Amino acid sequence: MHPILRIENLVKNYAAGRSRRSGDKLAALDGVSFSILPRTTLALVGESGSGKSTLALCIACLERPTSGSIFFDGVDVTALSENDHRNIRPQIQLVFQDPASSLNPRWTALEIISEPLVVQRRFTKPEHADKVFRLLDLVALPRKLAARRSGELSGGQKQRVAIARALALEPKLIILDEALSALDCSVQAQIANLLLELQFSLGLTYLFITHDFAMAAHLADQIAVMDSGRLVELGPSETILRFPAHEATRSLLAATPTFASMQNVPVNS
Amino acid sequence: MAPTLEVQNLHVAYAAQSGELWPALAGVRFNLSRGEILGILGESGSGKSTLAASLLRLLPSNGKIEQGSVLFEGLNLLEAPPQFLREIRGGRIGMIFQEPSSFLHPALQVGQQISDVLAAHESLARRALSERTLEVLASVFPTDASRISRSYPHQLSGGQRQRVLIAQAIACRPSLVIADEPTAALDPTTQQEILQLFRGLRQRLGLAMILVTHNPFLLADLADRILILYAGRIAEIGPTATVLSAARHPYTEALLRCLPAEFGEHRSSRKAKLHVIEGDPPDLSLHARGCQFEPRCIDRMDICKRDEPSAAAVGELHDVACFKFAG
Repeated sequence: MHPILRIENLVKNYAAGRSRRSGDKLAALDGVSFSILPRTTLALVGESGSGKSTLALCIACLERPTSGSIFFDGVDVTALSENDHRNIRPQIQLVFQDPASSLNPRWTALEIISEPLVVQRRFTKPEHADKVFRLLDLVALPRKLAARRSGELSGGQKQRVAIARALALEPKLIILDEALSALDCSVQAQIANLLLELQFSLGLTYLFITHDFAMAAHLADQIAVMDSGRLVELGPSETILRFPAHEATRSLLAATPTFASMQNVPVNS
Repeated sequence: MAPTLEVQNLHVAYAAQSGELWPALAGVRFNLSRGEILGILGESGSGKSTLAASLLRLLPSNGKIEQGSVLFEGLNLLEAPPQFLREIRGGRIGMIFQEPSSFLHPALQVGQQISDVLAAHESLARRALSERTLEVLASVFPTDASRISRSYPHQLSGGQRQRVLIAQAIACRPSLVIADEPTAALDPTTQQEILQLFRGLRQRLGLAMILVTHNPFLLADLADRILILYAGRIAEIGPTATVLSAARHPYTEALLRCLPAEFGEHRSSRKAKLHVIEGDPPDLSLHARGCQFEPRCIDRMDICKRDEPSAAAVGELHDVACFKFAG
């Protein structure tokens, strides 16, 4: 099977220092390579500032890498013109951390979910409502919520709307940028279940960016660990959890609270 | 010895634009001893932030405390005059909020923002003020307090900014600190550092703390007791280890089952469905009768629809509001 996404030696530098002319560079990505097979999930974990989100932006064609290649479905997207990018972008969608700030609170669910259809001029107007209803069914939201403004929805409902919007153009790859971290535990479980169902029924590939190792272990086939712009460890989830090889992985695992640590709860004197 | 904080029968409601009152807290009561850390665990809309805010009467203008009392070191804060409240807030009781960047002035050096707090509560000469400022900063930044003191908030990382807020909260040597989701915006490594700092401060200063969060994992290593809030009511309160490992209230049990399995143990459960709690939290404006969790509860009985359970002791320091335990 061919990987749906293959990253080769990706570098992204940002200008740093006092002036543009100083030539100081900050390497947000420093030679990152990996690939994802279709219908699987790769979890990308790392501390804040390790380059996870920069990588997501490069893959979503929202940021141009300094060097290196991103092959999506066999095509090097870094070599494409802006015009050709337009054909690739719909196939890669993003779901962000906080639906309260990634959805316009004054727009209705219908407007939010149909916006990608409008932008891409895929369907005629009358077809939009029908398509939106089917998307609402997919994310298990009642159809009557289509007329609700997103500000009136609960956190879990909002994140379902965000997922429906991401699905509107029938993408192959969905980048979940901390898509569960802002939600309550019980809602987190609901959305995690939904993501698994959708992956199974629609054959989706996920790039799951997170700093929650427990959730990464639950959802992902492979885990990649980033540290200061480099990919320091990559492997099957089980291997990474049981035999973490790199220092950064071990320190992230140690910082992940689990019920195991609940055995040494402080005793109330 | 009198408890540091004693909250009795607290009822809080918000006025909707129609003038109708929406209950947010109903009959909340608990005690906090000197140096004790109480974790308040609840999901969005459970009333946990309302609880934190009403203790210091910091509710938004449409929030109304309908009845109850909040005794801090024996004094009822709900009846205290404004002047006295100003001395308490930030003085005897410190506060830490969620988003560190929005509570710091972007154009003032950090040291200035600490000394402003000190100057508001204590009359100190300029020399003494700057010494105290450095001393306070050193308690959260042991190695580079003076450099941090001259920094502006944008020059600091999220974890460092949260430390600055903690320094502000403890500047006047309070006996109680209320922290509302203090680590929600931080990554796990930084989160652990902040928790470690809290543990140290409690030990050094004998601080009592109220830690409001939606994340049970945060409380595991830190809190002495946990209070579970559901729909503005206390579902369960008890020692941390008991609540997390032997929860009795059906809501607490269901909530803890939602978490992804501890990795390392149940490896076969990967990609399996996680437990969920069916249904949504109740709409409190409907003033539904009976137990608020009843519609979602797997153990519901006939009585749960009619009456509201009151808290009953099920163990030492462990109370549960559920008819399963003859509430």
